[in-house]
Amino acid sequence: MKLKSNIATSENGFIFNPATGDSFSGNGMAAQLLAAMKSGKTNAEIKQDILNRYDVSENQLDRDWDDWMLQLKEANLLEI
Amino acid sequence: MANKYTNLCIAVTGLNANDNPGPGMAVIRSLKECFGDDLRIIGLSYESLEPGIYLKELVNKTYQIPYPTEGTAALIERLTYINQQENLDLVIPNFDSELFNFIKIAPQLKQMGIASYLPTQQQLALRDKVHLKDFGTRHSFYVPADHKLYTADDLQKAATEFSFPMVIKGKFYEAYIVYTMDQALKAFHQLNATWGTPVIAQQYIKGNEINIAALGDGQGNNISIVAMRKLYITDKGKAWAGVTIKDDNLTQLANNFALATNWKGGYEMEIMSTAEGHLYILEINPRFPAWVYLTAAAGQNQPAALAKMALGEAFEPYTDYQAGKLFIRYSWDHIADIADFQQISAFGEL
Repeated sequence: MKLKSNIATSENGFIFNPATGDSFSGNGMAAQLLAAMKSGKTNAEIKQDILNRYDVSENQLDRDWDDWMLQLKEANLLEI
Repeated sequence: MANKYTNLCIAVTGLNANDNPGPGMAVIRSLKECFGDDLRIIGLSYESLEPGIYLKELVNKTYQIPYPTEGTAALIERLTYINQQENLDLVIPNFDSELFNFIKIAPQLKQMGIASYLPTQQQLALRDKVHLKDFGTRHSFYVPADHKLYTADDLQKAATEFSFPMVIKGKFYEAYIVYTMDQALKAFHQLNATWGTPVIAQQYIKGNEINIAALGDGQGNNISIVAMRKLYITDKGKAWAGVTIKDDNLTQLANNFALATNWKGGYEMEIMSTAEGHLYILEINPRFPAWVYLTAAAGQNQPAALAKMALGEAFEPYTDYQAGKLFIRYSWDHIADIADFQQISAFGEL
């Protein structure tokens, strides 16, 4: 699933949904992931990039990724 | 450089910039932003302590006008006098309760050379709180169910149907969310004493509070639509902070309203957006909201557009505005001299 195209994000992790007025604060990792998602990279590309840069197992990353996507979905930030 | 708006003189009501503010000061701020400091603003006040009377950088002169209950003859007499002093080009009334009279005297004002841009009496009536549910049913809008309350006994029926919490609303202004019958009775008596009957009991809808400020052209179109999500709400239910948002469903809702009514003038839709995605219309106010300056800040200056259209200019509908513009209201102790208070109290002008 993709991030909604109208979602505004900032370098420091602030997220604003202009359709609802909802806003969220994310940490540095969230800011990196959002920037990558907005750049048009696929989920697989983003995950591979994380595996290359961080000391994390693929299983752990998959679990964390699923949790991340769930949070985005609950926050109404993903395309349906 | 002089243009057709040089020396423009506009009269504005709603100078009560208090914790439940009238829209007047926001309308004036928007007009000043468009027409500049040459614009002469005449404040029309009801009470001597309306803050706008004393804000001389925004209001050049203020005249007290008779309360709406004194009728149209008293209003036209007073406006005739004011016009003799000021040569008004336009009047923008900003209170629900005064609109009936201003609409009624609009033809006389026009003869006096004073423009206005107002809905018809029929348009005013159909969005009235008392008729809103029927209006919604006729035009397939989501509107919470309601009961008209004429006596305290009527509350029981409403409580049985809606259960608690429910919303108790005054005919013109004010609303309370009540959680018990005691609170409901207290709200009923308070609103009945202030605004008279019917008091309205409305089904409580849970969701996000969104307001839309819009300007209808009287022919079924909107010239401007700006939506705002309330971020901070006072105990009177008023937005103390809000942010502009953009959602096609909200735009469509306002366009459907304009089409259904041929609304002419400024208006505000109070919306509750539910988790299911339904947009419930809680109220439709027949004038600009107190936060209307946000429309100018976001790129659609609705009061200025209204003024230009009232003065005969063809105005292309706005197509875009900036989402994410925030307003944060604040309090400020303005200092004036007691002589000013005495002047407006004793002579009705300052």
